[in-house]
Amino acid sequence: MTRPDADADTSPVPPRGISLHTLREDADKASMVPETCIEVRGLDLYYSEKRALNKVSLSIPTKVVTAFIGPSGCGKSTLLRCFNRMNDLIDDVRIEGEVLLGGQNIYDRSVNVAQLRRKVGMVFQKPNPFPKSIYENVAYGLRIQGIKSRRLLDKAVERALRGAALWDEVKDRVHDNALGLSGGQQQRLVIARAIAIEPEVLLLDEPASALDPISTLKIEELIYELKKDYTIVIVTHNMQQAARVSDYTAFMYMGDLIEFGETRTLFTTPRRKQTEDYITGRYG
Amino acid sequence: MDTRAESMTQVADRHSLGAWIRSGLPWIWLTAGTVSLSLIMVFGLLFLIMVRGLGHFWPQDVAELELSDGTRALGEFVERETVTAARVRALGIDVPADREFVDRHLLKVGNRDVGAADFRWLNDTDIVASRYPDDVVVAERSEWGNFYGYVVGIRENGEMLEAGAQLWPEIARRMARKRELAERIENIEKDHMGAVNYELERLRLAARGLELRGVAAEDPAYAALDSQQAALQARYAELATALAALYRDIERNVLIVRTVDGTERELHFSKMVRLFRPNAMGVGAKLAHYGSKAVEFVVDEPREANTEGGVFPAIFGTVLMVLLMSVFVTPFGVIAAIYLREYAHQGVVTRIIRIAVNNLAGVPSVVYGVFGLGFFVYFIGGSLDSLFFPESLPAPTFGTPGLLWSSLTLALLTVPVVIVATEEGLSRIPRSIREGSLALGATKAETLWRTVLPMATPAMMTGLILAVARAAGEVAPLMMVGVVKLAPTLPLDANFPFLHLDRKFMHLGFHIYDVGFQSPNVEAARPLVYATALLLVIIIVTLNLAAIAIRNRLREKYNATET
Repeated sequence: MTRPDADADTSPVPPRGISLHTLREDADKASMVPETCIEVRGLDLYYSEKRALNKVSLSIPTKVVTAFIGPSGCGKSTLLRCFNRMNDLIDDVRIEGEVLLGGQNIYDRSVNVAQLRRKVGMVFQKPNPFPKSIYENVAYGLRIQGIKSRRLLDKAVERALRGAALWDEVKDRVHDNALGLSGGQQQRLVIARAIAIEPEVLLLDEPASALDPISTLKIEELIYELKKDYTIVIVTHNMQQAARVSDYTAFMYMGDLIEFGETRTLFTTPRRKQTEDYITGRYG
Repeated sequence: MDTRAESMTQVADRHSLGAWIRSGLPWIWLTAGTVSLSLIMVFGLLFLIMVRGLGHFWPQDVAELELSDGTRALGEFVERETVTAARVRALGIDVPADREFVDRHLLKVGNRDVGAADFRWLNDTDIVASRYPDDVVVAERSEWGNFYGYVVGIRENGEMLEAGAQLWPEIARRMARKRELAERIENIEKDHMGAVNYELERLRLAARGLELRGVAAEDPAYAALDSQQAALQARYAELATALAALYRDIERNVLIVRTVDGTERELHFSKMVRLFRPNAMGVGAKLAHYGSKAVEFVVDEPREANTEGGVFPAIFGTVLMVLLMSVFVTPFGVIAAIYLREYAHQGVVTRIIRIAVNNLAGVPSVVYGVFGLGFFVYFIGGSLDSLFFPESLPAPTFGTPGLLWSSLTLALLTVPVVIVATEEGLSRIPRSIREGSLALGATKAETLWRTVLPMATPAMMTGLILAVARAAGEVAPLMMVGVVKLAPTLPLDANFPFLHLDRKFMHLGFHIYDVGFQSPNVEAARPLVYATALLLVIIIVTLNLAAIAIRNRLREKYNATET
């Protein structure tokens, strides 16, 4: 259950909402076993005494898009925030179990949290650019790492903005305040900011929920582009979106991981009753 | 809705007062009325201060009065009041039977060195005739107040130049010369001699320091000091000679004047600040005079126990003290707020600390003055003296009220305001911004420095604005920790280390109190109280506007805090 199903489902009927390129991508990969990027082993998380995650175990494959779906409050964002230890910021949180990144438990005492977060970037639900220029927003993470060379920064900023499909829209005003951008542009700027430091993993916490349909589409296209270079984990409560952008999907309910598998399989032939009920819209 | 409104009006017809009250209109009237009343009071106050304060510099016409007892009086009308004739009669003064009221005039007659008082009350029954002769002169002097009278002539080196057509150009020429000489004298006395004296004092302290350290008398260090001292003394003697020559020069001219009752007097040009004939002046000349007086008020030093001249040292002291206080209070308050909001565990203890900080803001300021005197001046200042300035003891250096202690006391007084405002600002910064920074691999400290604190700067400026507004108007604590009615030197000058934190200073607020209530000549000083008050208000408003302008610019830059 916790291992992604390697043998591809050969059912020819694509579920609604899965685009053709996803299918083609899957067909290419069908025969290979994906390499694991993040391995979660028996993860428990408590907010003071309330249990929010219940013995979660799963393996997130490298350089594909993994989506977490589930009803509100099911723990999908909490799980996502475990991967870069964002939950550390909340008082009274207790975590048990292991999260392995590149074979190392990130909850180990010896782990430098700031270093970890450089490897695991994150984009939040609401665009949160800093009240600085577009340029400074993207250069922020690099400056934190002590990079001062104007030339290096210029290059990295341009590369990140191109990577986030924002360069053409802002190249003439990179020194304007980032708060002057539209919501969708701001979200892509935040993605650019995250990929500027070249992380291994990109965590997206409902990245399109605050955006209009066109901006959402752009973000989805961007995710499709980004998975060539990054392992992407996305939380969404929009099932069509999960189906459109992800290769693997995990369904969570009440802090339990109910089902995890290839997106196509999970959406067409769910193994669990709860999953089926959720994706057919019976509850959630 | 409509039907309900109709039924309401029907009820209103029957019980109009009750309906009127229920309609809420009285409440609107009450609140709006209160606001208007406050506005009227504030603007009335400012208007009064402005009118009284700004009127002070206008050159008034001087009246020559013929009095019923046969004498004459010369002076400016300052005030008029109407009293009942019965009251005047009760004082034993003859008033015609048909008069019910008597006007009493306050006349500024000046000439304090001639008569006893420079102000005189006159009943209108005493005044037989009044006229405004063109040749009345008013001499503003650096001692003894104004002189009112007539010019007879000039005497230079014993030679007399009598009144005539060329007399006034001659006077003007001599006044100009006097001004130039006075400037040179002041330059020598204040700057050159002041610097020499300052150096001499430093040498004396250095020698005393050597003695205290037990250096033997034959040590070459003493000889070096002695030779430096000799050089300085030679320089001093040189300056003194030059000064004596200038003094001889400036004393050469004497103006012969006559008072209204005919006695002749000599006025030294050196002692005259201004000489003018108000009755002969046109509006343009009066405006020029007004301008020069107003400028003098702002840029010059006070004369005659602070009742004449300018208030520049007080302006300087106030602004410098407020700036120093800002330098102390801002980092201190901001750092405290950062700890309380960002690092401290939010529990009972932090809550108690917050309450304590808020209560500190309510402690009467004079209590801070007492604390400042006891803690800063006597304890810290005394310790500093015995540790670092033993050579000048028993004369204290820092163990006496001064600029540093005043600024620190006021910083202590205003630190709660800065803490509260900064905490408010920090708590308003959205969590998403902090998380965004942390998610990029920034540590908490980096997040704080690069993102949170810059975004909280408008709030810090708000705190500073409130602090400045409170500190600039404080007088009570300052009287104990460093303000004096007359400071011989500014706390900032050309002598190393330039900013003398140990010096006492003058302050506009205290100046108002001193001039208004401690002055030997209250009548003469009163207009100055208004003028000084106006200036204090203007300075506080300017400081605040500057801070508000900075804050608005910061807000524009970091406008995310508003969303």
